[in-house]
Amino acid sequence: MRRTLFESLTHRPLMEKKPLPDDAALAELAASVDRVARRRLGRSLAIREVDAGSCNGCELEIHALNNAFYDLERFGLRFVASPRHADVLLVTGPVTRNMRQALERTYNATPDPKWVVAVGDCAANGGLFAGSYAVAGGVNAVVPVDLHIPGCPPSPLQLLKGLLALLNNGIRRS
Amino acid sequence: MALLSDINVQGQPVEGHRPWPRVVVTAEVWRHAANELAAGRATLFGLWGDVGTSYWVHMALIAPSTNDIAVVSLECADQTFPSVGALHRPAIRLERAIASLYGLEPVGAPDTRPWLDLGFWDVQHPLGARIPASDRRRAYEFLPAEGENLHQIPVGPVHAGIIEPGHFRFTAGGEAVVRLEQRLGYVHKGIESLMAGATIERACQLAARTSGDSTVAYGIAFARAVEAALHVEALPRAHYLRALMAELERLANHLGDIGAICNDASFALMHAHCGILREYVLRAADAAFGHRLMMDQVKPGGAVNDLKSDGGSRIREAVQHIKQRFPRLIELYDNTASLLDRTVATGIVRPELARQFGAPGHVGRASGRNFDARKSPGYPPYDTLEFAVPVLTAGDVDARVWVRIREVEQSLGAHRANPRPHAGRADCEPAQRYGRRRRTWARRRTWPRRRIPRRCAGLGADRRWAYRALSSARSVVVSVASA
Repeated sequence: MRRTLFESLTHRPLMEKKPLPDDAALAELAASVDRVARRRLGRSLAIREVDAGSCNGCELEIHALNNAFYDLERFGLRFVASPRHADVLLVTGPVTRNMRQALERTYNATPDPKWVVAVGDCAANGGLFAGSYAVAGGVNAVVPVDLHIPGCPPSPLQLLKGLLALLNNGIRRS
Repeated sequence: MALLSDINVQGQPVEGHRPWPRVVVTAEVWRHAANELAAGRATLFGLWGDVGTSYWVHMALIAPSTNDIAVVSLECADQTFPSVGALHRPAIRLERAIASLYGLEPVGAPDTRPWLDLGFWDVQHPLGARIPASDRRRAYEFLPAEGENLHQIPVGPVHAGIIEPGHFRFTAGGEAVVRLEQRLGYVHKGIESLMAGATIERACQLAARTSGDSTVAYGIAFARAVEAALHVEALPRAHYLRALMAELERLANHLGDIGAICNDASFALMHAHCGILREYVLRAADAAFGHRLMMDQVKPGGAVNDLKSDGGSRIREAVQHIKQRFPRLIELYDNTASLLDRTVATGIVRPELARQFGAPGHVGRASGRNFDARKSPGYPPYDTLEFAVPVLTAGDVDARVWVRIREVEQSLGAHRANPRPHAGRADCEPAQRYGRRRRTWARRRTWPRRRIPRRCAGLGADRRWAYRALSSARSVVVSVASA
């Protein structure tokens, strides 16, 4: 263990350079910057991930955000265990009917101000699974969505760009 | 195998069923098959409902000795069938799913509560009669646990971590969990109904999204089913590409899992390093096939893309990198007493349970079940590849970690480069498993055998070794504290 730890002191970090926020995501976000919310949050966001019916592909890439290459926490973004500690809900998957109520409750348990980021193509409108007896539709069909990050699944870099756009342009919902 | 030939003789063979024989049987033969399952002379491979001009249930059986597979089908004239779960417990959940989805009633079933249908759908029996659901929102009855001072801890469906939803009802008496009941089906998307009548292209996409972790494996399984039905065979190069993708997927999953298990035991260092190796695999996959998880890369009749121009070299680089780094991580795992304390003799799946439930994959192989679908029933190109199937018998978390470690080595082709006598051996001494044994602070003292706790006395040599390392580590801590 000593050797492994010592090596990490002497080796160059693997971290990717900070990507520029996604232009499309910036456009999707309302341009008005909420200074109050930004001051209150101190440029730091706590994220609660909710799998509302995904195939787990998006979860794998969200997991990768925490590895040494992407190291999400350097931007002040971190995952928390409870929606009550969260500023952002990161929701994946088409929302299944079995998860609809749980997602609504999670949303209601998240304190204001809060943002919902829908991750993946299924989260936009149900994707391939739209129309099934067991699927309610996209995330928008259940809770209001502020930002959508497309991809099947989106790569960690795409996720990072979207989240940085959210961080740089925290929006106020009217 | 007597049983399968027995059933094949007694049933009416279905023409043109490939790749394994299917026979239509009477309720009596169905019950006979269930009895054979209960007696352990056959393993349950699958149990599912079906609807065409009438209702059917199908059951796939595999003979443990020969790995022959047969499918038996029973027509459900009055929408009932004799319960298999009444005789053979592993069938209970499958029958509950059949009852919820098709409305077919397993007669004599020990558990008649719904499964998958959590009471939120518009229709009841969505794959069967599709009765509009009305006021059927009755509370789910969890199994009772009786005793003094018991308390219930409900967890989920949204629970800590970046993870799939599920509801877990713990009943605890102090620290001891006296009952844990799972309620699953939160991500049920009705893939079976979406597949019915879909084009092969769309069905292929749906199959690839059944589970994102194993998208290549699902892709291959679906492609093989279509190929068997249409009597076509992919070209050898496509088979090799599929196997390459499947092994990259295995590598990525095992590396992620080994790290995650250590992380769950509060050893984040392993998680960080395994995460780096996993990322190398995913990047190599992206460079070679254009998708990090290799989604939609397998299609019936072949593979979608050939390797990109620099794909081969990127994969070789990643493999070389992991070959260099991985041994030291294993050494780290094997030398960290506080970590082994949480994996050795924890979460034991007894071999008889693994046999009864026919546990596949690394779970079965860590509990003494020598079964690997790549070997048997086997499919190309694995029938021409040489690789070992590691099997351990301890059945604890540590054994499952070691099976994964061994499989990573096999996937990397380490067995060819480094033909160690231990590779893939059923039971080996952990201290010798990796290269030169390093003296660490935990092992500098030797302890008499009486220090081995009594509960380990019946365990194998490797378990006892782990305990010796642990107890010596604890003693060092104690002596430092008292000094």
